[in-house]
Amino acid sequence: MEAMKETVEESLREMRDTFASGRTRSLKWRKRQIAAIYEMVKDNEDKLCSVLFQDLGKHSTEAFRDELGHVLRSATVAINCLDKWAVPKQSNLPLLFFPAKGKVISEPYGTVLVLSSWNFPISLSLDPLIGAIAAGNTVLLKSSELSPNASAFLAKTIPAYLDNKAIKVIEGGPDVATILLQHQWDKIFFTGSPKIGRIIMAAAAQHLTPVTLELGGKCPTIVDYPTISKNIKSVVKRITGGKWGSCSGQACISVDYVLIEKSFASSLIDMLKPLIRSFFGDNPKESGCLSRIVSKQHVQRLSRLLNDPRVQASIVYGGSIDEENLYVEPTILLDPPLDSEIMNEEIFGPILPIITVRDIQDSIGIIKSKAKPLAIYAFTNDENLKTRILSETSSGSVTFNDVMIQYMCDALPFGGVGESGIGRYHGKYSFDCFSHEKAIMEGSLAMDLEARYPPWNSFKLSFIRLAFSEAYFKLLLLMLGLKRST
Amino acid sequence: MAAAKKVFGAAEASDLVNELRRSFDDGVTRGYDWRITQLKKLLVICDNHEHEIVEALRDDLGKPELESSVFEVALLRNSCKLALKQLKNWMAPDKAKTSLTTFPASAEIVSEPLGVVLVISAWNYPFLLSIDPVIGAISAGNAVVLKPSELAPASSALLAKLLEQYLDPSAVRVVEGNVNETTLLLDQKWDKIFYTGSSKIGRVIMTAAAKHLTPVVLELGGKSPVVVDSNTDLKVTVRRIIAGKWGCNNGQACVSPDYILTTKEFAPKLIDAMKHELETFYGKKPMDSKDMSRIVNSNHFDRLSKLLEEKEVSDKIVYGGDKDRENLKIAPTILLDVPLDSLIMSEEIFGPLLPIITLNNLEESFDVIHSRPKPLAAYLFTHNQKLKERFAMTVSAGGIVVNDIAVHLALHTLPFGGVGESGMGAYHGKFSFDAFSHKKAVLYRSLFGDAPVRYPPYSRGKLRLLKALVDSNIFNIFKVLLGLS
Repeated sequence: MEAMKETVEESLREMRDTFASGRTRSLKWRKRQIAAIYEMVKDNEDKLCSVLFQDLGKHSTEAFRDELGHVLRSATVAINCLDKWAVPKQSNLPLLFFPAKGKVISEPYGTVLVLSSWNFPISLSLDPLIGAIAAGNTVLLKSSELSPNASAFLAKTIPAYLDNKAIKVIEGGPDVATILLQHQWDKIFFTGSPKIGRIIMAAAAQHLTPVTLELGGKCPTIVDYPTISKNIKSVVKRITGGKWGSCSGQACISVDYVLIEKSFASSLIDMLKPLIRSFFGDNPKESGCLSRIVSKQHVQRLSRLLNDPRVQASIVYGGSIDEENLYVEPTILLDPPLDSEIMNEEIFGPILPIITVRDIQDSIGIIKSKAKPLAIYAFTNDENLKTRILSETSSGSVTFNDVMIQYMCDALPFGGVGESGIGRYHGKYSFDCFSHEKAIMEGSLAMDLEARYPPWNSFKLSFIRLAFSEAYFKLLLLMLGLKRST
Repeated sequence: MAAAKKVFGAAEASDLVNELRRSFDDGVTRGYDWRITQLKKLLVICDNHEHEIVEALRDDLGKPELESSVFEVALLRNSCKLALKQLKNWMAPDKAKTSLTTFPASAEIVSEPLGVVLVISAWNYPFLLSIDPVIGAISAGNAVVLKPSELAPASSALLAKLLEQYLDPSAVRVVEGNVNETTLLLDQKWDKIFYTGSSKIGRVIMTAAAKHLTPVVLELGGKSPVVVDSNTDLKVTVRRIIAGKWGCNNGQACVSPDYILTTKEFAPKLIDAMKHELETFYGKKPMDSKDMSRIVNSNHFDRLSKLLEEKEVSDKIVYGGDKDRENLKIAPTILLDVPLDSLIMSEEIFGPLLPIITLNNLEESFDVIHSRPKPLAAYLFTHNQKLKERFAMTVSAGGIVVNDIAVHLALHTLPFGGVGESGMGAYHGKFSFDAFSHKKAVLYRSLFGDAPVRYPPYSRGKLRLLKALVDSNIFNIFKVLLGLS
């Protein structure tokens, strides 16, 4: 641990010196680094797919779609848009202040810390990294120990491609994180659970370090069957693909549970079952298209959620667990009790509760009774319901008639609210996330108003009052002596 | 007959939040009309109660009428008017561009209130720093609890009275009190906390907020440096520094010019000019001038006295230095070249003392500023264009003002906030609305047009198509679809 403490201090010193040297301020440097990330991913696609398969059993197509492709796109957008993003924003100043000028420039915070997660270990490391670099910071990335092969790849390969006096990788678990958090950072970016998010924020508070916390929650999916029945096949495909096709449900924006009117539940289940078989075959464990559960602890956690006898009784599909092979079968539950553990914590696994309601409008009440999630999904063509969802619930985002895909829309901010997080990123929001918006105002020494200075008198008071309310004509009258000072 | 002071304990704090949360959940604060009504009432307070506000500020701080009228009431009046005028715009969703990968779809960003928020205000501009954030909270559609500072008791009582009298009590409340009440409030779960005050307490606030993952805006302080180049208009420079320092609550402001950096060569000229203008502004006996606030209380008076009494500091006074503890007055005081590690150069002064540090050349000022915590504001007076650019680009502070002091506070088009030790988050104008809003991303997708490439079982062909889609290059996509790749 002593050695680790020294490594951290040494790294911090070097990154701070690099930042102070001004090297990272250059847009050319930033673009070069981001281009290097792009090259790194492109050059090592096979190796990356391999480590993701080793850590999570991810199929290469899933790995590309969810991680590599996302990073490539993120890097491309950043390189193409950086010049635009870095341009100062001019501000219009009121006439009173003429000829003063105002603008806002984005300046890097300095030396920032990115704490990544295990479920999308490549994209959740490289995407924030791209944002931090685009904004001109030096950055230390701590990858998750629960995805050791991805972590080792990043630790070995990033230094080979990037400026390693400015961008560093450190591997390790909670003990390393604890050491890191004792130090002062200019910004901390964390992806993970709300429980750890609180610890991160409390540690950051000691140094007044601003944080972005990308957390999670139970993302509900409303299925308003009657209004989308014509396209029910698409709906079921999207839900199935979204739930089990992306890291086997271990994603912060995963479909956590479905809400549907009682009379349609069995139709939905009857369509889900064959679709799961068509996606993953009769033996999903052998399909190669279903990710593994990340660790034995998580299998045990999911097992525990299912062990509740009332939950067991609600299993209508799947339910088998193979702890040795880190496998949990795609499982569907029908109406597990709302007070069961599985309905009160983020599932983060391939179990899908279907909660029936008398009237689809009731789903809003259920969603509101829980913590604000990262995403709400709703399959509906009822404009009224859409409006109610938007105005009566709160979540990081809302997606109508699809799942997960908001992640790929880089014009939309990606982040949570309440328990699901603080701050946001993706696209320009990544650049902003790692920037301090500094206001700059330049006054003129040439024009000076006596009324600004003591000793005070009623003329000056009237003058300033009128100036503030931008009553320029009255101000003119006052100055010409045609208006009495009050 | 004395009214019994209502007890505010843990139960009351919890009940208060629950009550406001019920109002919020019932939708009381969401509608445009409710927000406009509250904002109009705040405007009425500014228009009809200016006199009482000025009196309260005179009681609490000895603040001159002009400062109260201008820096508190007028600024608030403008803030209300701006919100009233712009609210419809601010509340409207922003359209967002979608890409080929999410096509067909439309996207927008919707501003929604966070819920029930807490505003903790400070004592130096008690009305401005209470009501301005409350304007932001209300325009964004939140229910809000305001905790004014007990160090400005007349203002705190007047705020409680006026807000209770005019605003909707089911959604807007004031809790008076000291650290006990604040602690009880901080134990509750808020959807946002907005705090103005010291960096030390800022840490306490953020630590409490972390328990509930509550986002915070912290408007803190720091030592705002003023770099004065010999290449400047000396008279205007000096007048603006004086008005910005002693003319703004007698140096007790978060963006007060804390200390000056200038060259050894220029310092004597600067000091002479300052002495001259100080006399013009405040007369030969500044302690008698009615145009400066007094020191807020004896604690702060003693704190400031201590700064002056430190060895190697007390002999550096070149102007002023008079003190009157009974009347809580300290004369405008200028010090020349106190040690950089003295107390007065280590903590935010927040008073009428102005150290001038001289350097061999102005270049060195960058190192001095850089070696200290990031301040809320940094000032530069110069005609030199290159110096202005370099200063703006390399000095990290909440905000930079060239050739003036503090005025950026009044500009609603510039975000006002700190960085590092001076704070996090920003407000004023639309930034206030944004500070109290959650920007919710909304994606509308069509149920038509589904790419099988999204779904298992995965294949080589699907991978190729995905790669092409990610490139969003229409040629590549066609090539793959036509089997040409």
